[in-house]
Formats: sequence, structure tokens, C-alpha cells
Amino acid sequence: MEDTEIRGAPSVIDRYFTKWYKTDLKGKPCEDHCVLQHSNRICVITLAETHPLLQKGKAIKSISYQISSACSRLENKVSGKSKRGGQFLTELAPLCRITSTDGEEFTIFSCVRGRLLEVNADILTRPNLLLEKPSTEGYIAIILPKFEESKSITEGLLTRTEYEDVVSKRAAMKDLL
Amino acid sequence: MLPLKEKDRPIVRALLDAGCCARCILRFCCVSLQSAYRQNYEDLTCELQSFADTRETSISGDSAEKEQQDVPPCKKIRLDIEKGGDEDGKDVKESAEKTESNICVVCLGVLQHFCDKDFAKKIAETVMAEKYEFHSLVLSVSLPAQLSVREHSAWLLVKKEMREKTMCLGKDDVIQVKEAYKWILHSLVSQELGVPALAKSLFEVSVGFKHPETDGDCHFLAATCSGCFKPAKNKQSVFTRMAVVKALEKITEESFRRKFSCPPKRPTTLCALQEIQCLHVPVFVAGRYNKFSRTLPQTPWVIDGERRMESSVEELITAPLLSAFQAEGFNFSSSGREDVDVRTLGNGRPFAVELLNPHKAQFSTEEVHQLQETINKSSSKIRVRDLQIVTREAVGHMKEGEEEKTKSYCALIWTQRPIEENDIEFLNDIKDLNIAQKTPLRVLHRRPLAVRQRVIHTMSAQYRDSHHFCLQLRTQAGTYIKEFVHGDFGRTRPNLCDLMKTETDILELDVESVDVDWPPVIPEPESQKGRSSLPEHQHKDTPPSQEDIQCHPLGSLF
Repeated sequence: MEDTEIRGAPSVIDRYFTKWYKTDLKGKPCEDHCVLQHSNRICVITLAETHPLLQKGKAIKSISYQISSACSRLENKVSGKSKRGGQFLTELAPLCRITSTDGEEFTIFSCVRGRLLEVNADILTRPNLLLEKPSTEGYIAIILPKFEESKSITEGLLTRTEYEDVVSKRAAMKDLL
Repeated sequence: MLPLKEKDRPIVRALLDAGCCARCILRFCCVSLQSAYRQNYEDLTCELQSFADTRETSISGDSAEKEQQDVPPCKKIRLDIEKGGDEDGKDVKESAEKTESNICVVCLGVLQHFCDKDFAKKIAETVMAEKYEFHSLVLSVSLPAQLSVREHSAWLLVKKEMREKTMCLGKDDVIQVKEAYKWILHSLVSQELGVPALAKSLFEVSVGFKHPETDGDCHFLAATCSGCFKPAKNKQSVFTRMAVVKALEKITEESFRRKFSCPPKRPTTLCALQEIQCLHVPVFVAGRYNKFSRTLPQTPWVIDGERRMESSVEELITAPLLSAFQAEGFNFSSSGREDVDVRTLGNGRPFAVELLNPHKAQFSTEEVHQLQETINKSSSKIRVRDLQIVTREAVGHMKEGEEEKTKSYCALIWTQRPIEENDIEFLNDIKDLNIAQKTPLRVLHRRPLAVRQRVIHTMSAQYRDSHHFCLQLRTQAGTYIKEFVHGDFGRTRPNLCDLMKTETDILELDVESVDVDWPPVIPEPESQKGRSSLPEHQHKDTPPSQEDIQCHPLGSLF
């Protein structure tokens, strides 16, 4: 892994998280997400490195957590140890909508079932965080799956190896064209 | 000679007819002379019967005289309840009870059969068998709740007698069953065990009685005073003593008499001993601990019944204590705690162990010091100092420390961009830095989501190489150091990455000091001075050396 080679030691993500992937969300090519699953079952939703927004030349025009007239992810409030009040999400629940300067619109999805704990408000004021540090400070949301489902949530997701496989197949297809 | 007066006679007669035992009768006559109760039961009963049978003579008012004049031969009252049934036809006719039992309708036999020398011997034997060390004891008695109901019933009977004779005595003047019981039993038990029986002591002997036959006596109260009886999860029966007493205070005389017989019905069985329990008050042992291992949790680490890591600070400290004090359990608490992979250096972290039901509680200072040595010899992963016995109140100082006092740390930092010595000097000048920490992801599954304002009082940086330096920090209690260093996805702000303008990570962390000045320092005895029980490097208050960086196994524990 690139990170470890440079630093000579596992990073925070390497130490605590397992990386899971969901590719081509809602059939849209390359709209890939990366779910960082902590050993304590908490999931951090981030953009995978192959997501169009993270490719060269893209800039962000706006980010909105208002996913419908009735629902804003920003208004999500949890209280107490059991995080009561958090919006319950299914795998394809939208988290936010991002518009790039060249007019493209992208929706970021939950990818896992669970209770929404928080969305990253920092990227609203500093969208560059999302582009520069998509795996850490530019995260999208934090979700707490149900205790009973903590293992099963990864059933619909790809491992790092499977993801790399998908990515290399795409590259191969591209070459053929 | 019984301290009874003329006015008591009708009460004595009424209670004898009702089936009350001699001692309960004395209680209702408000006799507070303890020696009266200690008299032999049979003699007491005879005297009382004579007193009752004596016809009133005119004016003299001297009960002694009356007895001499009018005393009929003392009837043999059958007290042999176990055998029951008729023995001697003659006695059967004379004794009003006939085939009915002689078990007292109020105390159910507690004041008849459970306060003699034999019973005291039985208590003494049970206590000795449990091998406790004690110099005095408190005797506590628990009686079935229905005794209050029966007492109330007998009281109403007495009240009626008094009303007719225009006397007035309050219910509070009546001697309680427990009180009379202890008056008799205290000296007997004291003699058997050779220690005084006091009102307060570190050692308690609890004697519990049960009488299943009459448990139903309380039930009618639930209908009349339902508010008093709320089912609680821990209690087996909703008819607790407290609840029954409360209900009896509320219920009217008419309601009571309608539902419960006055005098109470005679029981056919004797009260039985439920248990004799011994309990010693807990002993608190405090001290400070160092943790030298990066693979030792503070408390046992068990997931799904499987132990994830061998041993723990808690187990290493409490095992010898449990054994020496012969305690049945413990509660371990400390002034904060550290992660598995963090060492605790310096003076160590204050802790306190509550040892439950210790069978041995007296230890000299030397003996406690010996215990400390035993703990220290048992493992090189921890060290204990200032071990001492403290009071429960003293333990409060420690928890104060957890929230209010500062802590000092030393962290080994990795930087992504190459650095030079003067790149880290600015950190030394930062004072009282305010940071806001959202609940770290690594504990978010079990803590509420919140933002914590914390203060980093001072910092001091020591250069190591182009990608490493050592950072010492003194912070407010409750600061998450690891998250301050790596930023926790930007959820701690400002963080060290922000300050250093590069990605930083924490490789190692040590607690240098926990700034609580409790428990008091116990100086090493003369014989120990000059002898260090630890290898040099573990005492160092200076940050880990270059060698540590290479050798230390940087595992996934971080």
C-alpha cells in the first residue's frame, strides 16, 4: 500500500479500518464509493479514488445535504449512547448532491444500512477538503450499523482486491475501444 | 418479680387469652426492664399466669402482697410445641389451650424459642465456621413482614382494653419485637463468641426468619392500600417490610378489623430460621500504579466470552489483595485510565480497590508493604506504590482527579513532510491552546456524539530525525491525545496536522504523570532504600530513545 511505503508504518486507516467498495452506483459509470469500516463497526462513507469528482481538472461548484424538500441530512441529530434520533438509512439512501463547475451532478449514497450519526459540514465551507483529502478530512458521512448487522452489511460490497479487479477491467475495456 | 402494675392486669389477661407469649405480653405492657425479658421462659410464663389469675384485692396496690395472698398453684403450661397434641389429660383440661399450639400469635415463636443459650450457640457455631476476624459485632434481625400485621392486630386489642379502663398509652411505648429480642440475645451471643455485641461494628451477623404459613397475612393490605405496593424488579415479593408498615399506618381501624382477625389466628407451625449471614464492611486499599507494557489492558478484555488479551492491570493488582484479605469480590476504580498500548510512567496513576466482605481486615503498615512487594514481584508489567488502607470517603479524592486535574504525556510523532529542528520550536511557545474534539471514531460506538472543549496547557518538542520528533504535552483531564495528533478525520480542531501544516501520526504514547496528590505518599521503609526494583530505562521521565523507535513493534493496536 502506497501510504505505508512512504511512512514505514501503518496509517490510522490501516490500523483501525477495513476498506470496502461499491462501484458504478445506480449504474452510473465509475461513481465509486469507499466505505471505511472501523473495527468497532462504525462506517465512514468516502469517495473512492476512481470517482469522477476526484479526477484531474474537476472543481466543485456546490454541495448540498438537502436531498429532498422534507429532508436535510444536516438536520440529523443523535442523542445518548444509543444515538437515538439518527435518520435510518438503507444502502441506496442519498447522502448529498455535489455539482461540479462543469455542470455535472453527482449523488453520494449511503452504501450501508444503519443510523446516520453525522455528515461532514466542513466540506460545505471548504469543498477542497473533499478533493484533496477524500479519505480523511473530506469524508461524507458517518453511519452506525445495527449491532446484529455489523457483519452482514459488507455482503453487498467489494473488497479492495475485488475493487482493483473491477478497475483494471475497466482500463482494459477502455484500451480495446 | 415482674414490674407489672394493677392496670396491666386486664391487658395481660386479654393477651393470654388471645394466645400471646409471655415476652410479647411484657412488650405490650411497655416493660422496659431488660432483665425481665432475659428471665427463663418457663419461669416467666408461670409468673405471668399467676399475675393474671390473681384476683384484685382492694386498696393496697402492692402486687407482691397480692401474690402472697392469692396465688393459686402455678399451672403447668405446656411449652413443648414440637411434640404438640395432648400428653396429660389433666393438664389438657386445665390449660386453656387444649390441642391448640402454644406458638405466640404475634411473634410466631421468635421470642419463645429463638433467644436461648442453645440458639446463641448455633449462631456462634455458624459464625466461627466462616472464619472471620472480628473484635465486635452487630446483630441484626429480619423478621417476616406479617409480624407487623399481627402486632397491629394485638395492639388494637390492647387499645380496646385501655379505652374501657380509660388508660392511654401510645403505640410507640410498646417495645418492638426486635428490640426485646436483641436485649436477650446480645449478651448470650457475646458470651459464646467472646466479643461485645454493639450498635455499630465492622462485622455484622444477620439472623433471618421465615414463616411461609402466614405469608398470606399481608395480602389483604394490597387491596386497601394499593399505592404502597409497587412491584420492583429486584424484590421477590411486593410485600416488603417497609411497604407493609406504611400500609398499616394508612389503614383505618375499621378496615383492618374487617379484613384481619383481632386477635390474630393461631399458627400451627413455628417460625423457622431462614439463614445466618455474616458480612464484614468493605476495606478500601489505594495506591498508584505504573504500567510498563504496551500489551496490557487496564481491565480484562473479553469479547463474546473470549478473552482477547492476557491479564490486566486490575487482575494483577487485585489477585494478591483478594487472597490476603480473603475477600469475596472487589470493585476496581482509578483516576482515569489509559489504552492498552500506552505506558503509565512517573509516579503512576491513583487507584482504589474496594474489597468486598473481607474475612481478614486488620493489616499493619508492614504487612501492607509486604503485599505491595508481592504485587510488584508477580509481574514486571506493572508496579504499585503507596499501597495503603484508606476510608471510603478518601476515595472521592481520586475521582475528583479524573475530571479536574491535569495530565502529562509524551508522544512519538511521525510527520509526512521532512522537518528540521527549528520547524518544531514554535510548539514550545504555545500556551493554553483551546481545542474542540468531537467524540473520537474509535469510541463513538459506545459514547454519545458530542463536542468536547479541551485545553492543551503546554507543549515541548524534541527533534529526532527528519520525520520524527517527541512531543511532551500537559493537558486538561479528558483530552484525547491520539486524536489531537492525527486529527481523527478533521474532527478534532485544531490538531497537530493543522499546526505543523503536514499530516502527522502518533507512533507511541506514554502517560508521564497524573497530577493528583492522592493517595498520600508512603515512604519506603529503611530496608528498602537504595534498592530499585526496576531496570533503569523504565524509570526515565525523558522521552523514548532512538532505539525505541526502531525496536518497538508498531502493531495494529494503535
